[in-house]
Amino acid sequence: MRRLGSLSQEQIVFGLAVTLCVVFALTLPGFLTTNNILNLVRSVSILGILGVAMGLVVIGRGIDLSLVALMAISVASTLQLISTGLPLPQALVLGLGFSLATGLINGFLVAYVEIPAIFATLAMGTAIYGFGRYFMFNLDVIYFTPGAEALRWLGDGTVLGIPAPIVVFALVCAIAHLFLRYTKAGGYLRAVGDNYAAARITGVPARPMILTQYMIAAMIGFVAGLVTAASVASMNTRVANSTYVYDVILVVVLGGIGLSGGRGAVRNIVVGTLLIGVLLNGMTIMDIQYTVQNIIKGVILLTAIVIDTILNPRDEQTAQQGDI
Amino acid sequence: MEMMKTMALAAGITAGAGMALAQGIDDPTRAEYYDAFKDRTVAYVPVAMGFDLTEGWAMGLRDALEPLGVNFEIRDPNWSTSAGAQAITSLIDEKPDVMVVHNPDVQSYARLLKKAEDAGIHVVQVNMRSSYSTAAFIGADYIGMGEQIGERLVEVCAPANGGSGKIAITQGVLTAAASAYQMKGINTVLEQHPEIQLVSNQAADWDATKARNIAATVIQQHPDLCAIAGFWDVMDVGTAAAIKDSGKDVYLLTQGGGNQSACDGLEDGTYDEVVVYSVPGQARDMADMIKQLFQLNPEAGTMKTTLFTPLDFLTKANMKPGSCWSLPGQ
Repeated sequence: MRRLGSLSQEQIVFGLAVTLCVVFALTLPGFLTTNNILNLVRSVSILGILGVAMGLVVIGRGIDLSLVALMAISVASTLQLISTGLPLPQALVLGLGFSLATGLINGFLVAYVEIPAIFATLAMGTAIYGFGRYFMFNLDVIYFTPGAEALRWLGDGTVLGIPAPIVVFALVCAIAHLFLRYTKAGGYLRAVGDNYAAARITGVPARPMILTQYMIAAMIGFVAGLVTAASVASMNTRVANSTYVYDVILVVVLGGIGLSGGRGAVRNIVVGTLLIGVLLNGMTIMDIQYTVQNIIKGVILLTAIVIDTILNPRDEQTAQQGDI
Repeated sequence: MEMMKTMALAAGITAGAGMALAQGIDDPTRAEYYDAFKDRTVAYVPVAMGFDLTEGWAMGLRDALEPLGVNFEIRDPNWSTSAGAQAITSLIDEKPDVMVVHNPDVQSYARLLKKAEDAGIHVVQVNMRSSYSTAAFIGADYIGMGEQIGERLVEVCAPANGGSGKIAITQGVLTAAASAYQMKGINTVLEQHPEIQLVSNQAADWDATKARNIAATVIQQHPDLCAIAGFWDVMDVGTAAAIKDSGKDVYLLTQGGGNQSACDGLEDGTYDEVVVYSVPGQARDMADMIKQLFQLNPEAGTMKTTLFTPLDFLTKANMKPGSCWSLPGQ
């Protein structure tokens, strides 16, 4: 419960981002230029797209730790299929199909087998990575082959001077926003996240909604993967074993989407992403050592979680067994 | 009759001698050579399979050793140092004759490698060495390599040679031997050249996306940047994408095992220069070292040798067909 008159976490983070922006603009020459701002948003747009996927799941009171593994393996498999001569559209359909099927399994494990989301998706992430490496390809990094060149636009193209990854990020945000605010399913998603039992009693198809939320996350993850791969003409599947998924959770929590579910909107993710973008960009310009950057990021995550706990305290109504 | 016998005998002897010559003479070391490899086992523990370097070494070792009857085993820890340590521990019990180890950093395996030598296993280290020296280390002289790269950067970027003097470095993981030793070499050179300004020195975790973001910011901030030195060609695909995106003329000097993708990158202008330590060459050095160990049978731990791999500075101009190598199916 938020106390009246106090700021929401989203507002605090947004204020922090603006303050950092002002400080950097005054102290770092070249920070506040159109090019640098485009660069800044471009560098976090993939993180933002994944943030939207994770955010939708978290609003539905879940979490998807398999998101990054799924993104890496589905896109790497697609590239591998293209390199064996499959036409681009078919390979894309197969890649997307693989993503949706994995999302479906995730949702099934959480909704019907009733495994806590954190364990189900953690295990699925490992399984997906193993499946890809054993059955689909042998190398860590899958390169673009001429058949996939058309995809390069997603990484290098521009629309009216705006880099394509930013455009994709904006589109994903817009669609997710419309979905959450104006569709019946979006309303159900928030209801299920807020209070699963109450939603079920009032006739919301709670379990199918959980299936849907993981499938949507998987689909957005596939899009994020395509943008990642297009930006560097290759897909590095090692990212599946990295801590990248925690960066995605950081963006979501930082923006003010409570891990206890039911609250938050796409706006929060945009705010969280921008703060991380400003931070990373500023730290790179200042040439701060990499390990120190990690400490700063870690401290910010902790602060965000502490603020989240104070502003959205757990009570008997919201705390549940197996909760994260 | 007597005459006939003599003639037959003479003919027989001549024919026999002729036959002996036609058959050739026996090489006295041959049998010993082949015997030395019977029932021998070589175990290989890379940091991970699945990328050009480790796949290339495995291919080279297998091609050299398996035809001789040596049993070649791979333990793949898939980037996990603890899984690698477990693999080495269990190998110490299984007692292969030789263990080929690729160290993720200088410390993690040091004690285990000593234990392995105490247990009578010969240890060959490849490309990234541990602080504990074993029978052989085969790999690049990273400090020397850093010095040579530093000198190349000075050549390309010194204001006296028409450059702006501004350079950036994109490392891999800070703790890897390859990164730490090279930085020492590069710094040694840069200290003598105050006209060269290191404007950014960041780590990208061997990841192309991070490398791209770092390079994009650095170029934006220093539009007159002269060169970027990256520590791995696979990662620097991202650096190259940022350079291309910026439309600036930044010299990209990277490095790697000389896989075909490096030559393709030089050809299409992704990289300007690649420092190559030949992976097939390293595999052959390792195989030769192992063959020698099998024939000499020294006591494990008594021999300490280093074989530094010669470096090639490849550019589009000096590259030849065959400068790079490929994996099967590549």
